[in-house]
Amino acid sequence: MTSGQRRLSAVATAALVVSLAAACGGDAKPGSDGSTSSAAPATEAGATLSGEVKIDGSSTVAPLTQAASELFGEEQPQVKVPVGTSGTGGGFEKFCAGETDISNASRAIKDEEKAACEAKGITFTELTVATDALTVVVPKENDWATCLTTDQLKKIWEPAAEGKIKTWKDVDAKFPAEALKLYGPGTDSGTFDYFTDEINGEEGASRKDYSPSENDNDIVTGVSGAKGGLGYFGFTYFEENIDKLKALEIDSGSGCVAPSVEAAQGGKYTPLSRPLFIYPSTAAVKRPEVAAFLDYYASNINAIAKDAKFVPLNAEQEAKLKADITSLKSAG
Amino acid sequence: MAILSTPRSAVQLASKGRPLKEHLFRIALMASLAIALAFLAMLLLYVVEKGWPRLNSMLWENQPSIRRPETSGIQSGILGTLWIIALTAVMALPTGILAAIYLEEYADRTKWYNKLIELNISNLAAVPSIVYGILGLGIIARWLQFGFTVMTGAVTISLLVLPIVIISAREAIRAVPPSIREGSLALGATQWQTIYRQVLPASIPGIATGSILALSRAIGEAAPFLMLGAATLVRFNPEGVWSSFTVLPLQIYSFISRPQEEFSILASAAIVILLAILLLMNSVAIWLRNRYQKRW
Repeated sequence: MTSGQRRLSAVATAALVVSLAAACGGDAKPGSDGSTSSAAPATEAGATLSGEVKIDGSSTVAPLTQAASELFGEEQPQVKVPVGTSGTGGGFEKFCAGETDISNASRAIKDEEKAACEAKGITFTELTVATDALTVVVPKENDWATCLTTDQLKKIWEPAAEGKIKTWKDVDAKFPAEALKLYGPGTDSGTFDYFTDEINGEEGASRKDYSPSENDNDIVTGVSGAKGGLGYFGFTYFEENIDKLKALEIDSGSGCVAPSVEAAQGGKYTPLSRPLFIYPSTAAVKRPEVAAFLDYYASNINAIAKDAKFVPLNAEQEAKLKADITSLKSAG
Repeated sequence: MAILSTPRSAVQLASKGRPLKEHLFRIALMASLAIALAFLAMLLLYVVEKGWPRLNSMLWENQPSIRRPETSGIQSGILGTLWIIALTAVMALPTGILAAIYLEEYADRTKWYNKLIELNISNLAAVPSIVYGILGLGIIARWLQFGFTVMTGAVTISLLVLPIVIISAREAIRAVPPSIREGSLALGATQWQTIYRQVLPASIPGIATGSILALSRAIGEAAPFLMLGAATLVRFNPEGVWSSFTVLPLQIYSFISRPQEEFSILASAAIVILLAILLLMNSVAIWLRNRYQKRW
């Protein structure tokens, strides 16, 4: 062996060691995270299943499905349930290409997405799994506003407001002339679609001179850092930042209603409480692991929702979800 | 510093009467270095300080958990990243080094097509990584039907680092003095023997350094994986090249967008782990370079 060959083989060995280290580390240790099941009692599921349930879609719904995936994993450790966060639209794109089994969505499927699914022969069912209360927030130091009407919200967010509504005084003469600093989700978000549809009357129609962010934590930071700040996002982010932010009550014509679990569940917090969906594909439900996952999801839905800090379904919605799953499985 | 201090006497002679300028230049050089180091130190201090409570064995022993951020780990991300890097090394390094040997030792640089290839490789090195993500999604995941697997990720990342590997390997091969080649050929060695026994061994420190730096870049990539739709919550380790997976940068990205403070601490701890893997790889690069360096 020449010295040159020796050097070459040393490098080759180094490369091999790196690849082996990665390969050997691949031993799966299900349930090694030290967490014991608490939120849901393990139901007798019969046979041990295996396989993979691929899920993608809305990042708003993801924590709920991820919590379901974690809890389900304690019962069926051999079934893999990876959950992606491509957004509602991105999720449907993959779903209708047949690449995922279940799609998370923070709005109902659009007609053009339906058409894409039909073109590929993919059929699906819409299931409501939780409720979200879109929360309009201002910083704690805002001492003038406690309730806004939907008309005032429209005045702030409609496309015509751009460059015109610059201070709180422009919204209501009773408010001080504090500069209005707006924060909201970016245009790819289902939250943005829903808010603009309900408040401005047209999906996607919004003023553009606000600070958009795909990361709701940026909205928290922005609003809490500006005295005249205002932003909107899902209820969970408000609950986690209750020490920094104040949620505004919303008046849609029948009095001011504060966002809360009860108001969203009872349908009183209008128009900003919205249903959150999952869309399982009919073909996928025929696979036992997908059926078992959906079964688990529906049977423990409110325990999962509580665990993931979502607004749980009311009794009527819960019964409907369970009935839907049953008919879905028998149809498959 | 060594370069600055060797010809000091000469510089002092030449700059007699202008010591101020000389001083300012030196200060400017040191300040530039200090800025770079200060930012790195600040970043390290910040993430280590913030992630400190979570820098324990739970990080690599546990799988990520959306429900229990305080005991959540990043095992699937660490292993996913190692799988991707290992596979990328296996695919991109031999291809890149062989391409570099062709371009340096065989290609006729006066031919238009070789010039075109060279130009394109330089251009490819500057293409934003998200574009490779789109390519991976359209061609590798969908057209080749590889799906959203470790293989798709590794092939995409291989394409991403290939131009960097080629360029750095070419530099290393070019740095071998022509006299070595000529001596070998004069003693009757064939071109292949010259390359295999003389040029390659002599250029290994440079090739290894460049390759590891290229792989280090691959470790930090999140954009192509986002595009490829690698899932953000994966509670199992990759079991093979056709397995679903996630990587550390994606996990970090998903942690920081969670509302709970525990997740941002966890993200800092994960960043420390990512930096540790990076520093480890870079140290290997330095060790390889020093171990095999040859002076003529």
